[in-house]
Amino acid sequence: MNAPVAALKTEAEQGLATAFAAAAPGLPGGAAVAAARAAAFDAFAQAGLPHRRLEAWKYTDLRRLMRDAKPLAPPPEAAAKAEAATAGAVIAGLGFRRLVVVDGVFAPDLSDLADLEPGLAIASLADQLAADAPLLPAAFADVLPAAEPAVTLNGALVRGGVVLTVAPGAVVARPLHLAFITTGTAPVAVYSRSLLTLGAGAKLSLIETHEGPEGVDYQVSAVLGLDVGDGASLDHVKITREGSAALHVASLIASVGAAATLTTCGFTLGGAVVRNQAFVRLKGAGTNATLSGVSLLAGRQHADATLMLTHAAPGSTSREVFKAVVDGAARAAFQGKIAVEQAAQQTDARMMARALLLSEEAEAYSKPELEIFADDVQCGHGATTGTLDDQLKFYLMARGIPAKEAEALLIQAFVGEVIDGIAQEGLREALTAATVAWLEARDA
Amino acid sequence: MAAVQETIEQVRRIDVEQYKYGFVTDVESDKAPKGLSEDIVRFISQKKNEPEWMLEWRLEAYRRWLTMREPDWARVNYPKIDYQDLYYYAAPKKKKELASLDEVDPEILKTYEKLGIPLREQELLAGVVRPEGERRIAVDAVFDSVSVATTFQKELKDAGVIFMPISEALREYPELVRKYLGSVVPASDNYFATLNSAVFSDGSFVYVPEGVRCPMELSTYFRINEKNTGQFERTLIIADKGAYVSYLEGCTAPQRDENQLHAAVVELVAMDDAEIKYSTVQNWYPGNAEGVGGIYNFVTKRGDCRGDNSKISWTQVETGSAITWKYPSCILRGDNSSGEFYSIAISNGHQQVDSGTKMIHLGKNTSSRIVSKGISAGRSQNTYRGLVSAHRKAKGARNFTACDSLLIGDQCGAHTVPYMEAKNPTAVFEHEATTSKISEDVLFYCVQRGLSQEEAVGLVVNGFVKDVLQQLPMEFAVEAQKLISISLEGSVG
Amino acid sequence: MTALLEIRDLKAEVAGRQILNGLSLTVNKGEIHAIMGPNGAGKSTLSYVLAGKPGYEITGGEVLLNGEDLFAMAADERAAKGLFLAFQYPLEIPGVATLTFLRAALNAQRRKRGEEELSSPDLMKRVRELSKKLGIDPDMLRRPLNVGFSGGEKKRNETLQMALLEPLLCVLDETDSGLDIDALKVVANGVNQLRAPERGMIVITHYQRLLDYIVPDVVHVLAAGRIVETGGKDLALQLEATGYAQYQGEAA
Repeated sequence: MNAPVAALKTEAEQGLATAFAAAAPGLPGGAAVAAARAAAFDAFAQAGLPHRRLEAWKYTDLRRLMRDAKPLAPPPEAAAKAEAATAGAVIAGLGFRRLVVVDGVFAPDLSDLADLEPGLAIASLADQLAADAPLLPAAFADVLPAAEPAVTLNGALVRGGVVLTVAPGAVVARPLHLAFITTGTAPVAVYSRSLLTLGAGAKLSLIETHEGPEGVDYQVSAVLGLDVGDGASLDHVKITREGSAALHVASLIASVGAAATLTTCGFTLGGAVVRNQAFVRLKGAGTNATLSGVSLLAGRQHADATLMLTHAAPGSTSREVFKAVVDGAARAAFQGKIAVEQAAQQTDARMMARALLLSEEAEAYSKPELEIFADDVQCGHGATTGTLDDQLKFYLMARGIPAKEAEALLIQAFVGEVIDGIAQEGLREALTAATVAWLEARDA
Repeated sequence: MAAVQETIEQVRRIDVEQYKYGFVTDVESDKAPKGLSEDIVRFISQKKNEPEWMLEWRLEAYRRWLTMREPDWARVNYPKIDYQDLYYYAAPKKKKELASLDEVDPEILKTYEKLGIPLREQELLAGVVRPEGERRIAVDAVFDSVSVATTFQKELKDAGVIFMPISEALREYPELVRKYLGSVVPASDNYFATLNSAVFSDGSFVYVPEGVRCPMELSTYFRINEKNTGQFERTLIIADKGAYVSYLEGCTAPQRDENQLHAAVVELVAMDDAEIKYSTVQNWYPGNAEGVGGIYNFVTKRGDCRGDNSKISWTQVETGSAITWKYPSCILRGDNSSGEFYSIAISNGHQQVDSGTKMIHLGKNTSSRIVSKGISAGRSQNTYRGLVSAHRKAKGARNFTACDSLLIGDQCGAHTVPYMEAKNPTAVFEHEATTSKISEDVLFYCVQRGLSQEEAVGLVVNGFVKDVLQQLPMEFAVEAQKLISISLEGSVG
Repeated sequence: MTALLEIRDLKAEVAGRQILNGLSLTVNKGEIHAIMGPNGAGKSTLSYVLAGKPGYEITGGEVLLNGEDLFAMAADERAAKGLFLAFQYPLEIPGVATLTFLRAALNAQRRKRGEEELSSPDLMKRVRELSKKLGIDPDMLRRPLNVGFSGGEKKRNETLQMALLEPLLCVLDETDSGLDIDALKVVANGVNQLRAPERGMIVITHYQRLLDYIVPDVVHVLAAGRIVETGGKDLALQLEATGYAQYQGEAA
């Protein structure tokens, strides 16, 4: 390994170097992939972990938040698979096609692969890397900022994931459920990467769940690439429900074609440190993108939703709504940038970020940003930070509703605006139930 | 041709050289040698007859500055500034000690006359064609590095108000200056402020004693005349308990091909129940149509609402400078204190503006309000950058922010970068931002009523910035409105 | 009788689509012409083409206002020459007080005509008188132009502008749209007060209702970009009964 280790100062950074050295020979990939991994790690080593002086990581300083690097989780054995049998239980029973990724590796034996709809193909990333498929398909090249640290590190260490392909025009009626699970009681690091190519005019619903053992300080790095073809329609929901000591860094990379529709919603409940970053590029004209997120945070949780949305072609519409409910000594950060390139005339983009602070020690940071290079646009953003409306609370109490219940109702209403935007009714119900459970835990 | 397209064409043709304050005044000047060193710092301090502690303060700042790096986080691009290729001190040569204004170099008086700045009290007092009830304004005129005249000093003194060049205040009220200088913007605050601390040559000092409402508007008029000269003025305004003062600042510079550096520091201190209203119309030379020349305006302005119930209000109309890097801020330290920031930033040609504010809520029940209107035309880049933060103890902090940007043409950029940081659940922050262009339909509606294209754009733009213009003192508002029109000439007419 | 407006074989396109298809029409001084027609006939296009809205391409014909070539003039010159378009949807201008706008418009026109600008007190006096006549709350004059105005207030404001600017030719584009009957009466009353021997009007409407209050001298039916029938005010009543279906085929 020829990484300039001088840049790797923290224990975590040095640990990553050790982990990479130890794991690299065993990671899937032919010669080309191995070289790409080495180059990725070199690039990572040049810069080290992202820190607060990098504008994009201002509020999530991994140099500080990531104390050490865990060893890479080994490929799952029988015990891990047995534990993974219940993966994604939070939305079980909704009839979705479940695909399980255990400790970063796609497990076909745990997945529902029967009666695949015509046009839908499911493969393992590890298999494809072994055949020297690129770590990141070309479609995403102009979506990511240069040397994006989380995706770069993920490229070096990724063990596997799912590769989905939907043929042009195919309408996949049954939603796909990617159930990611980290197993065991030893703290490990899991690097997965999944890719979707949605052909022109195709339609799909994709739901991700992420979970792991309670109280174990494992680390998850997940990348999801979404290549949405012209006129295609993708509906995506990500439920992050990691164990309370986990570190979770997820990157969504989306390339959206002309007249396509992308709806994505993130729902974050668990994890000690969670960073959900999305890079979305509306490449084609007349696309429609709706991006939203909810974080329910308590204790000392830290959650960061960072969005980089680029309008690159004319006549696209985007709507973003991000909400955070922050209790205890938790911290919520939101960074959302809408960039409108010169070619993207007639852009209509609106973003709203709201934080609700429930306790003395709760903190919220938000940075909605506009970067506009086209003149014929309608762009706007709004952001609010505050606590529950006392008058509303009083109104409810005057009707006989106890204080805690009144608060819960108001919080549900606050979160409901985002949940209501989710297409599948069952999913809405599951997330509402999760919200209620969170509120009950808060009261307990 | 579509209305907006036509406007764009006109803006493209805009000749920024119509800058009407671009003339040079021919006066003999007393300059320090080029470049920056401890000796230059000593030279400046000596020229000003400063007390020893002041020299030490400057030297410490200078040494600190040597260890600092120029900030690069703003959305502005400019070639590296050679700090050794500048003059740090230039003063019009005095023929002898001045006994009255009549002895000021007539060339300088003419300059201010041309700029429309009334230095002659007698003219003002004579009230030639002065509408009834017009407020009088006391002026401190700063020409390159020194103050050349301050009007109404006696009348102000009778009211107990100290308004004089800071160089003079350092001699006459050293303890007062020492108490407050650097207490809001520490000498080590940032690269440009630290440089200023080392080499500042003049600026205004205002002290309004307890319970006094300053009987007139105070204003300072800054003029850069000399070539290759940096202007580093330092303004310090203190409103003691229950005092009120409204202060206006105007700036122009000759048209020159070289970029000129302006790195000012303004410190405001408002004690209990005091209020300071600070208004700026910044019209430094913006450079020509190709982006050659113009002022680099790196300014640190900060107000400290030190006392309970105090209030500081910043209003700025930024039309000039090649680069503007400026964030007039409020530290809301006193309970129930409030801060305001009203801004119009217009960029045209190749101008780059990165401006905004910081509202730091520390005390209880503090409130702040931000209204920013950005207009980008030509090939300019216009960024609003702001921070609103509530600290742990800032119970009941309130902020409302509205940032609107208007784009004229597709060669320019408008950017909004607000930061909101709340560490207190009772803090309520609201932020709204919009970016749009002038609607073709609205322009056509105006034109159908008989307005020309330029008049229509002017009308819409004036409507767009009205909320902020209203915050300016009347005399300034009229001036600012005209300036906005000139700045967008071609699109506004 | 003198022709105030002569439209000869006018053809116009918008976004490459031909909307006006050889339209001819003459309005004499003192006359009120109603133009009725189905949706999409080109009614609003006609008003925009006359007023000079960008985006409309004239592909044939000519229009003379008082004998002068209308298309040789920019939109603001047409206004100064006395052409006034009362918009179907008047635009809002935030931050610009209605009175400020009135002053700017009136004085811009006066300057173009080489007339002296009206002083503020004179203008205020006139605007007050007219507002009173039109039942406009003086408070409205201080509010930003059309911002937050109700549909009725917007149309009244258009009528106020028309009265103040004293145009020679008024084009009223669907003035009745979005008005309840009371508001309609007020606006129609205001328009009727502007009837004058030297002034002509074109009232564009889809419904006959408006013509009960603004009684036209001539009624035209516009279909598929041409005048397909012309008659007296009875024609409007007849259309109310039969609808426009009979013209749809004819024009095509």
